[in-house]
Amino acid sequence: MQTDSSLLRDSVLAQPISHLFLIVGIVMAAIFLLVTVLVLYVSFRYRDRAANQFPRQEFGRTSLEILWTVGPVLVLVFIFAATIHAMKGADPGFAINQQPDLVIVAHQWWWEARYVESGVIAANEIHLPVGKRLFVRLESADVIHDWWVPQLGRKMDAVPGHPNFLWLEADSPGFYSGTCAEYCGAEHAWMRIGVIAEAEPAFERWAQHQLELPSKVPTGSDAAQGSELFQQLTCGNCHAIAGTSAQGRIGPDLTHIGSRLTLAAGRFQNTPANLDRWLANPQAIKPDSHMPNFQLTDPQVRQLTAYLETLQ
Amino acid sequence: MSDVPYMPQMPATADHSGARVEHEKSGLLGWVATVDHKRIGILYLLTSLVFFGVGGIEALLMRIQLARPNNSFLSPGAYNQIFTMHGTTMIFLVAMPALTGMANYLVPLMIGAKDVAFPRLNAFSFWLLAFGGLFLYFSFIAGGAPAAGWFSYAPLSEQPYSSTTGVDYYAIGLFVLGMGSIAAAINLIVTIAGFRAVGLTIRRLPLFVWMVLVTQVLILLALPALNASLSMLLIDRLMNGHFFVTDSGGSALLWQHFFWAFGHPEVYIVVLPAFGMISEVIPVFSRKVIYGYEFVAASTVAIAVLSFLVWAHHMFAVGLGHSIDVVFAIGSMLIAVPTGVKIFNWIATMWGGSIRFTTSMLFATGFLVMFTIGGLSGISFAAFPIDWQVTDTYYLVAHLHYVLFGGTVFAIFAGVYYWFPKISGRMFSERLGKIHFWLMLVGFNMTFMVQHFVGLIGMPRRVFTYPDLPGWAALNMTSTIGAVIMGMAVAIFLWNLMISLVAGEPAGNNPWHAWTLEWATTSPPPEHNFDLLPPIRSRRPLWDLAHPEDPDWKHGR
Repeated sequence: MQTDSSLLRDSVLAQPISHLFLIVGIVMAAIFLLVTVLVLYVSFRYRDRAANQFPRQEFGRTSLEILWTVGPVLVLVFIFAATIHAMKGADPGFAINQQPDLVIVAHQWWWEARYVESGVIAANEIHLPVGKRLFVRLESADVIHDWWVPQLGRKMDAVPGHPNFLWLEADSPGFYSGTCAEYCGAEHAWMRIGVIAEAEPAFERWAQHQLELPSKVPTGSDAAQGSELFQQLTCGNCHAIAGTSAQGRIGPDLTHIGSRLTLAAGRFQNTPANLDRWLANPQAIKPDSHMPNFQLTDPQVRQLTAYLETLQ
Repeated sequence: MSDVPYMPQMPATADHSGARVEHEKSGLLGWVATVDHKRIGILYLLTSLVFFGVGGIEALLMRIQLARPNNSFLSPGAYNQIFTMHGTTMIFLVAMPALTGMANYLVPLMIGAKDVAFPRLNAFSFWLLAFGGLFLYFSFIAGGAPAAGWFSYAPLSEQPYSSTTGVDYYAIGLFVLGMGSIAAAINLIVTIAGFRAVGLTIRRLPLFVWMVLVTQVLILLALPALNASLSMLLIDRLMNGHFFVTDSGGSALLWQHFFWAFGHPEVYIVVLPAFGMISEVIPVFSRKVIYGYEFVAASTVAIAVLSFLVWAHHMFAVGLGHSIDVVFAIGSMLIAVPTGVKIFNWIATMWGGSIRFTTSMLFATGFLVMFTIGGLSGISFAAFPIDWQVTDTYYLVAHLHYVLFGGTVFAIFAGVYYWFPKISGRMFSERLGKIHFWLMLVGFNMTFMVQHFVGLIGMPRRVFTYPDLPGWAALNMTSTIGAVIMGMAVAIFLWNLMISLVAGEPAGNNPWHAWTLEWATTSPPPEHNFDLLPPIRSRRPLWDLAHPEDPDWKHGR
């Protein structure tokens, strides 16, 4: 995984902000240098000068006051113009009633993504076709969260009862790391986002695959027992697996959990060993998350992992 | 001040508080029962100091947890309680009491009054603070401290998502503190408006008093907004109200509008009195009159007015729409202008002076540069597309600490080193003071400068831990080491405070050769403050006495 950065690598929507930051940064640096040099100059130049006599008492000069009032105003007018320019580039407008391509719902503490046209439902890892601009509706299922993938542009709060809209576009393929940026409770730290941008054909293949129903597991195997356990243990109250009776929408959809890179919203890599650890005691891995500890026995953990690993 | 020839003059302070004839009692009871503004001021300052220690320990606990990625020193629940209490403590129990304490102690002295207008109300204000603070901290043993952040955003702060009593303690505790602040504000406004010594017109007020006055007006207008919203939150939580409960039709954003209607003026409530102290310290140690008095005073009023028009710049990421973002960006950028005016006037005061770098002056000079950094990064938030990237990241944590620590706390230290001789009658150790300053400067920048960068490479704030992404671990470790250095600096300050109280050199009335009225009485001042006042014919009455050849009033000031 590469570093997050709002500066080093940009998408087309992040770039106007980087440029603005560069402009404002240069102005800030110049003013900072001016003030610092002045402070250092007076500090050394006028230190303990004429200890016995008092320097001339100056009460002020209106011309200078006007200078350092009007000067900053002009600088700010310039910054304001650059701000408006960046706003238009970074957050393009949209038509009223424009239908979203993608609905992202923030939950404590994971992300749900629904692709409106195809019907694909994903969690925590969001696939994008490179070079195509998607219109996103951002919602929250509980408290306020915030969508932030620095390299793809602006952040936006997910506010319950107040859907927000933003554009999403990646102009080169790759993995973009992001995170929830509004404090949302105990596990705010582990509400990470992965955006996987791929060329259009690869994206289409992924979407097609996500729509496939899981294949039947061979009877008598660990996986088959795991599948039965999954139904018995009320997992389906919160989680959905397409083609089974599990249709819960509280937690992430597990139909293709095996194809994801990480578990528990970026908490760790998706490996069978980590899945074992997670199932054995989710509260030890992500305390206060809404996944309870089911007190599973070791064989049960093994069987469930075997089953979930078949859901590629 | 034996070298100053006092001119017999009619007592400038009429006996306004005629009801209070009894004298202060001695011993512990004297402190508990006191209605003397000086003792109450000291109580405020000591309370602030205690909570500064507590909030500082909370900060160190957070920095230990964040020193390494995936650390498990604190559980998420504990971390979230601690960061919530750190912010709440530093704002309401450290910055505000320190500044109110300074104002309480100094304002009557600086305006030549015998006490504040309502001494008993003054004591009441302090005890609301003390008990409000204790009440807030009682939450730790009553089932858990609040963990919804100092801003307590709904609906996270509502019953379904914060089911312990922490947020109730937060809301009631802050409500009590708010009442204390409002009472103190009324008291100080009436004192400054009606109890000034003869000759001390509003245009001759010391700038600290000016800025305290403006601040109290801000408190009077802003704190009721907080108390109203806290009441609504309590109605939601305890009586099934629906103001901010989104599941039943309430509005999450309504809380934010209410909270920041208080919260942004609050920033200036804890910054303006700091500006006031800087405006006293820099002239005295530069041996020059303040440059552009009228502009420094007027820019304070401009900041105060603008501070009520910028609240939604805390909400650029909530999706208010471009037009609203633009309006609030304009207001926020405008605030930079009067703030810049102050910085330039302070530098112009030093220009051509004869500067004595006492510890107080070192902190004031450090303030100039540190606060400038915080102010400049503030402009980057007003250019709101930048805010869309960096808000709620460590870049913002860095920004706010440059304003509130590099600004307010540095200024409070400048003020404490400046007025300690007056309050205690003894001098601070300058040697220890200078060690304190330099350690603080290094530790502060080490802690917070790097946080700009860790925010820019993607680290959000308010996270109890973070993944091991490139660069994050090293920057966070640097920040933690800086925090430990700051802790050492504070320890040296406390040591200096204790030994100087016991064994500091006697201060005399006016060790700095300062010019405002508090230096015209003994150190510490008697209960009634002044036996006689010098004639007040300008902004610097003691200057006029010491320099009869060139008094300020000859220049019409």
